[in-house]
Amino acid sequence: MAAQTLYDKLWQQHLVTQRDDGTALIYIDRHMLHEVTSPQAFEGLRLAGRKPWRLDANLATADHNVPTTVAERAEGNKGIKDPVSLIQVETLDDNCREYDIVEFGINDPRQGIVHVVGPEQGATLPGMTVVCGDSHTATHGAFGALAHGIGTSEVEHVLATQCLLTQKMKNMQVRVEGELGTGVTAKDVVLAIIGRIGTAGGTGHAIEFAGSAIEGLSMEGRMTVCNMAIEAGARVGMIAVDDTTIDYIGNRPYSPTGEAWDAAVADWRQLVSDPGAEFDKVVTLDAADIEPQVSWGTSPEMVTGIGGQVPDPANAPDDTLATSHTRALDYMGLTPNQNITDIRLDKVFIGSCTNSRIEDLREAAAVAKGQKVADSIQLAMVVPGSGLVKQQAEEEGLDRVFTDAGFEWREPGCSMCLAMNADKLGAGEHCASTSNRNFEGRQGYGGRTHLVSPAMAAAAAIAGHFVDVRSVDVRRLPANDDNHAQKA
Amino acid sequence: MKQFTRFEGVVAPLDRANVDTDLIIPKQFLKSIKRSGFGVNLFDELRYLDEGQPGQDCSQRPLNPDFVLNQPRYQNAEVLLARRNFGCGSSREHAPWALEDFGLRAIIAPSFADIFYNNAFKNGLLLITLDEDTVDRLFTAVEAHDGYALDVDLQNQQITTPDGEAIGFEVDAFRKQCLLEGLDDIGITLKDQDAIREFEAGHRAQRPWLFRDQA
Ligand code: SF4
Repeated sequence: MAAQTLYDKLWQQHLVTQRDDGTALIYIDRHMLHEVTSPQAFEGLRLAGRKPWRLDANLATADHNVPTTVAERAEGNKGIKDPVSLIQVETLDDNCREYDIVEFGINDPRQGIVHVVGPEQGATLPGMTVVCGDSHTATHGAFGALAHGIGTSEVEHVLATQCLLTQKMKNMQVRVEGELGTGVTAKDVVLAIIGRIGTAGGTGHAIEFAGSAIEGLSMEGRMTVCNMAIEAGARVGMIAVDDTTIDYIGNRPYSPTGEAWDAAVADWRQLVSDPGAEFDKVVTLDAADIEPQVSWGTSPEMVTGIGGQVPDPANAPDDTLATSHTRALDYMGLTPNQNITDIRLDKVFIGSCTNSRIEDLREAAAVAKGQKVADSIQLAMVVPGSGLVKQQAEEEGLDRVFTDAGFEWREPGCSMCLAMNADKLGAGEHCASTSNRNFEGRQGYGGRTHLVSPAMAAAAAIAGHFVDVRSVDVRRLPANDDNHAQKA
Repeated sequence: MKQFTRFEGVVAPLDRANVDTDLIIPKQFLKSIKRSGFGVNLFDELRYLDEGQPGQDCSQRPLNPDFVLNQPRYQNAEVLLARRNFGCGSSREHAPWALEDFGLRAIIAPSFADIFYNNAFKNGLLLITLDEDTVDRLFTAVEAHDGYALDVDLQNQQITTPDGEAIGFEVDAFRKQCLLEGLDDIGITLKDQDAIREFEAGHRAQRPWLFRDQA
């Protein structure tokens, strides 16, 4: 048989029917649900008198609308003060009850951001097809799974048929070779990749991340990379199975045990691209070239190294890009050629499905330990990805490290990643954020997001502006000076 | 889904690359558990000068006069002309719901983001991919002529300009059929339910650890 890519294998293992017109039905093993993209799907099922095809494939939790302060969470759903948000969360609870779908309720310790919860429970396994009505579902591909973000009509389709109607994508491989420098994390790797290939670089492709630098990442780092495949335009990101993958999965609540475990591991070992497998597109990056990254604009591709400057639209390679850059600088309140390290911050957010796992919190805590958040920072918050991550962090004393330094320690949820709850930026505020999107208004109306790694976010909180986390010298900028001061 | 019929519609130009789904419909409107009513909040942050809230009466809000869809000549636009990578970002189907609810029926751009592309077709919205040069030409023509309208003919896969130039486009056969016949794809898939059951049984036998309800 011809050499196959990992994607080809996963596709073939799940192909139910291939139609002449190019569309195919693929079987779905795991369906994660949350409150924002599912209500209309359940409503659709009800209207058509249909039932979910296979209950045990589904797992639900509310994450986008949940409040993150300790006091509000103590009240359970009642702590959700926005009545519209409350209805959405209650609708998920009701739907799960009506259809008998397992849901981790608001104060279940297993509740959290869907993409943190699935892997943590072992509900995401290698070789699975995973879908969720959320574009960051690509996260689960870190396990050698085929994970797609889907829309609400597709959520309904999967509930009703256990299949996704789709078309085979092209194969793309992004290789990162060599060793990452100290202080350079998975987040920097994926931002550098997006900076290189652009936000449409992976459109129409399933991206497999490979190369020695990717192999060297922990499972959590791999999830961070796959999480942002969508920011490179790819609906699917994945990484081959190896010992790191298998070690992570052992002994999780949903993972197989005993003989089933042995059989599963033998099967999972096949989940790699065969030597000589052909990709439609291959991009290679040298790990040694990657610096800690900071996004300066309103698209994740508008990113540069910490040693860099905000670009000058006059130097953009084409008109469309020049217009985009001008508009982005205007929205962000930045000046062409301004040093990244001169960008002053108002808020810092450490959390989101990209960077809210235990290792992310450890990295940030290592930087924050014994330091103080700069006076100029109005709010620095740490939001763990799940109740279990929170527990673990507290056992390790990380919560104290953060609160001693002046960070707020919150309850799990999406929080200020998209500001559907009360955690938001005010207009004009600059935020160092470990999330994944810096779109206009994403973190609050008029808010200005800069995407960074957890360590970079913590360092920025302490300095009040961006600093190179690799340098010990955390310099403070002179007071009373805004981001426009450098213009004069 | 409504059947997609041939129509002639005014074109509005949105001269901006990488229009993301957060821009198409900001998150505060995603809290609705309904499928309709998103049109008034389409492009909310571009369209109004204040911050919109769900359930608000938008007729009282200050409009941004510079935003293209607020200009009188584009009031009844049914076709949106856009730049590359339209619809990037999240999987929120609220984006096509808002576009459709606003009255748009087709979007022309050099490229679209994958998830958005799927979601749009499932809601009766036709996405037409044309090369950058053609899109550029259309931008110039639309801006130069008040009331510029295109005839959009999905059956024959072509759009026709006011001066009679026909421009062909590609669309895959399945999506085309669903749009033209207004088909519900769950119904179509369920015709294959025996094949799904058979696949499932084999899959379960081969990889039992994927099924939690195993005896
Ligand atoms: S953390 Fe952000 S990106 Fe992730 S699922 Fe929640 S809202 Fe979406």
